[in-house]
Amino acid sequence: MQSMNIKLTINSKKYEIPVDVRTSLMDLLRELGYTSVKHGCGVGECGACTVLVDDIPIDSCLYLATWANNTEIRTTEGECRDGKLSPVQEAYVEEGAVQCGFCTPGLIMTTTSFLEQNKGKELSREEIKRGHAGNLCRCTGYQTIINAVETASKNE
Amino acid sequence: MFPIEKYHFAESVKDAVDALAADEKAKIIAGGTDVLVRLHGGSSDYEALVDINGLNELREIRMDDGGNIFIGSLATCTEIMDHELIRRHVPVITESLATIGGPQVRNRATMGGNICNGAVSADSACAALIHEFDLVIEGPDGERIESINGFHTGPGRTILQKGDLLKYFCVRPKHYKGFGASYHKYAMRGAMDIATIGCGAAVKMDGEKIETLKLAFTVAAPTPIRCKNAEEAIENKELSEETLQTMIAALEENVKPRDSWRAGKDFRLHLIRTLAKKVTRQAVANQGGTH
Repeated sequence: MQSMNIKLTINSKKYEIPVDVRTSLMDLLRELGYTSVKHGCGVGECGACTVLVDDIPIDSCLYLATWANNTEIRTTEGECRDGKLSPVQEAYVEEGAVQCGFCTPGLIMTTTSFLEQNKGKELSREEIKRGHAGNLCRCTGYQTIINAVETASKNE
Repeated sequence: MFPIEKYHFAESVKDAVDALAADEKAKIIAGGTDVLVRLHGGSSDYEALVDINGLNELREIRMDDGGNIFIGSLATCTEIMDHELIRRHVPVITESLATIGGPQVRNRATMGGNICNGAVSADSACAALIHEFDLVIEGPDGERIESINGFHTGPGRTILQKGDLLKYFCVRPKHYKGFGASYHKYAMRGAMDIATIGCGAAVKMDGEKIETLKLAFTVAAPTPIRCKNAEEAIENKELSEETLQTMIAALEENVKPRDSWRAGKDFRLHLIRTLAKKVTRQAVANQGGTH
């Protein structure tokens, strides 16, 4: 099967690599060591593989790696800088929004983009739920996650 | 890895049409939120792909001097929903697309795919039907325009032929100017779900009277449908409980809901009647009527 040479930036690091056209972005990122990107359902329902492509959240399991050519990818690893957690990550810790942790990296990326897009807006819990409808969590019951989003929106 | 056997990254619309016409099995991939799910499930129906993601001219959303609104087939649900032109002139499109999947899906899924895959439950189909979208299609014999009326021919089937590529939807001013519209999706969950029944209505008022009603459903028949009998039953009448009752009585000529594991036929029929009234009232309210 043919491969394509792609150029992309992942968490500020530049790559120029050949990829098999059958590969998902999720598989590519995990092979490159970005294992915060979780392989959950594989069909765009759980959001555990959520990453930002040019600041837009997508399910990387439903995204061909070749489509990432000339884009900037952000994963949860990159949100933590110089050993310091991002305000969103900090809020998840503070609110106890992490239990088994499998959904957390995807949720962190959804929250990060959601708050970037709604900067300065007063957000209702309903709006937060709608903004996070593409991420499933089977442990927390979501209340602590919504609390974390509220906290992060106040801290930013 | 996805079980893709043949892959062509289209460099132009013509290149895509040529590649689609040259291979009986070739299928278009745009946002990938349906095609990659099928491939993940091991479907061999999608093993030969023509990727149109490089065709940036198909991402365009614009209005021409004549007030025709063009929506590119590769524009994502999010791009369409958030677009100033759509919000201002055809807000029911935004309302409908907002009910699709979740944010990540809407950031990739296209309205082009939602209509062209022929899904009976397509959330954008009601908006397309009540505003009578035209579809600008490029095929092996050049460009042609087809109406959304009659576009869907069965579950998962449309009039699209081998080599056809949808380029733009076109919404004509005569089909959106002066109309108030509304859409309601009834599903078991508030997001990430398929419609049990979807209903859209567009109305144009003449004082207190309904001059024109356009009423459409998804999942109420083997294709998304318009309900001509119901529309005619209420035209030139004032909105009241009585006229709405006449409308839903006429509606039963047009719909043919089925039993499935999602919902029974009787329940679907109940939803159809309830939503027809609710959505028509809301469309009238959105147009500035008194009800």
